[in-house]
Amino acid sequence: MKATQDTTKTVHAVRTAGGLSFRVDARALVVIALLVAAASFAAVVLIGSGDYAMSPGQVVTTLLGDGTFQQEFIVTELRLPRVLVGLLVGAALGVGGAVFQSVSRNPLGSPDVLGFGQGSAVGALVVIVLFQGGPSEVAAGAVAGGMLTGAAVHLLAWKRGVHGYRLVLVGIGAAAMLTAAIHYLITKANLVDATRAVVWMTGTLDGRDWAQVWPLLAVCCVLIPLVLGHGRALRMIEMGDDAAHALGVRVERTRLVLLSCAVLLVAVATAAAGPIVFVSLSAPQVARRLTRAPGPNLAAAAATGAALLLVADWTAMNAFGDRQLPVGVVTGVLGGCYLLWLLVAERRAGRI
Amino acid sequence: MQRLTADSVTLGYDQRVIAENLSVEIPDNSFTVVVGPNACGKSTLLRALSRMLKPTAGDVLLDGRSIHRMPAKQVARTLGLLPQSSVAPDGITVADLVSRGRYPHQGLLRQWSPEDERIVKESMESTGVGGLADRYVDELSGGQRQRVWIAMALAQQTPLLLLDEPTTYLDIQHQIDVLDLCAELHETQGRTLVAVLHDLNHAARYATHLIAMRGGAVIAEGAPGDIVTARLVEEVFGIRCQVIDDPETGTPLVVPAARGKRAGASV
Repeated sequence: MKATQDTTKTVHAVRTAGGLSFRVDARALVVIALLVAAASFAAVVLIGSGDYAMSPGQVVTTLLGDGTFQQEFIVTELRLPRVLVGLLVGAALGVGGAVFQSVSRNPLGSPDVLGFGQGSAVGALVVIVLFQGGPSEVAAGAVAGGMLTGAAVHLLAWKRGVHGYRLVLVGIGAAAMLTAAIHYLITKANLVDATRAVVWMTGTLDGRDWAQVWPLLAVCCVLIPLVLGHGRALRMIEMGDDAAHALGVRVERTRLVLLSCAVLLVAVATAAAGPIVFVSLSAPQVARRLTRAPGPNLAAAAATGAALLLVADWTAMNAFGDRQLPVGVVTGVLGGCYLLWLLVAERRAGRI
Repeated sequence: MQRLTADSVTLGYDQRVIAENLSVEIPDNSFTVVVGPNACGKSTLLRALSRMLKPTAGDVLLDGRSIHRMPAKQVARTLGLLPQSSVAPDGITVADLVSRGRYPHQGLLRQWSPEDERIVKESMESTGVGGLADRYVDELSGGQRQRVWIAMALAQQTPLLLLDEPTTYLDIQHQIDVLDLCAELHETQGRTLVAVLHDLNHAARYATHLIAMRGGAVIAEGAPGDIVTARLVEEVFGIRCQVIDDPETGTPLVVPAARGKRAGASV
């Protein structure tokens, strides 16, 4: 395969002898590579930290299959699944958030603001409080709750197509009602169930094992490529429905496919780790500022989400001495600071 | 049979009917301009012709086939549209925006061919925005921005191009500028252009074929010199006027009657 580099400054492409051509944004590729490197590094450090500490070198050796029996057990049975859940949840939330923000043309149009996290929480709490279900039933409840919320918000916001502001307003309304439902369920619960419910709602990677990894991995392997494949059409939709339509994009269908994928990704991620706030809101915005590329930056948002979640998890485990916090607390603080910064920056730029 | 026709279509949104049993033919290789008062259905007609609005009855035909049954990308390779409101994504450069016009010619494995590159360059040159290729679209003036959007529509390389009020929000200099550009595209590249315009005098000067609409129906159509009369203007726009020869081009020039005369004679 002989690749030639394009000389035009603004659009770079790699072309092959067979007439194939691919657009390449060099900066975005470098950013994604660095984020993947950062996420991998954080993963190795996370696997190595804990009561039985291991050096990064030992972790890598063990992952390659050359560790002692004890190391092997700790890595593959205890810590690797937790880290994998973190990576996948981060990537799923990043992509889901990027899709929602792009479709609503609004950085606030992300799943945790629109009530999907709350929807999943209601689903999970119904299972915990009313049926005293086990972990897998809770996960199923969370997925169902997220998807029902997605369908309801979509239906309520639909009027000759889904439009940004309507989606955000309906979503915020749904979030408020679902929050009320969460509080109602908690007051109704006995002490044990209520404690379980609150722990679930904080969002944590503690005690995640392969049972959480496999369904998450399967969903991500199918849906993330599907979303990325629609990325070019989504870039066109950002110019307005009419413009995208004129370019031959089937606007409504594309949007429905993308929103369904995003809702499912967020629901499954929430089912695996609880509602981890602000990752889906901040990851796409951070990715966009890093790549400086217009458009939804889907792949970069996935990489940012994964890196962000693992860094937050490391912070939650190590930054507060002996007290280990659930990762959701840290992403909440990080995301809150980030949101304030965003608002200040936008105000300085005169946009709000 | 012309390439683009609307065959007794009924158009409307939800329950509200805008036009009923409307038939329009766009003559091949013409610069057709649609005029009419506000809410006469001219933009709605354009939406139907560009496949954005599905008629509740009748059919829009492109090359003899129902436009709604053709694959979206195939339509987009034949028929381009410059919508009234498009949003330039934050931080996008002129060249990047214009390159998006190539979308209907691209695929997952063919994202940026040498042909795409050549056509994007040509489109920027022919609209006079070649020198702005690396500038951000948000930094441009309204007139420059409209040229960039037209360049994007040109990069689509469609024999038919529809423009929905391309001169709205522009000052007189840029209005003439955009219309000159359209006339040039029509004359030198042989494209069929259909534009909705507000200014009747612009329409009369630039159109080779004029369609005058009122209340969802076509009142008159033909060469501006043949159809623009004081009677037609009064019938379509409800205003008394004189029609004189444009001293520059000899096309009809509509001069509204003075306020006193209109007040005295109006119904």
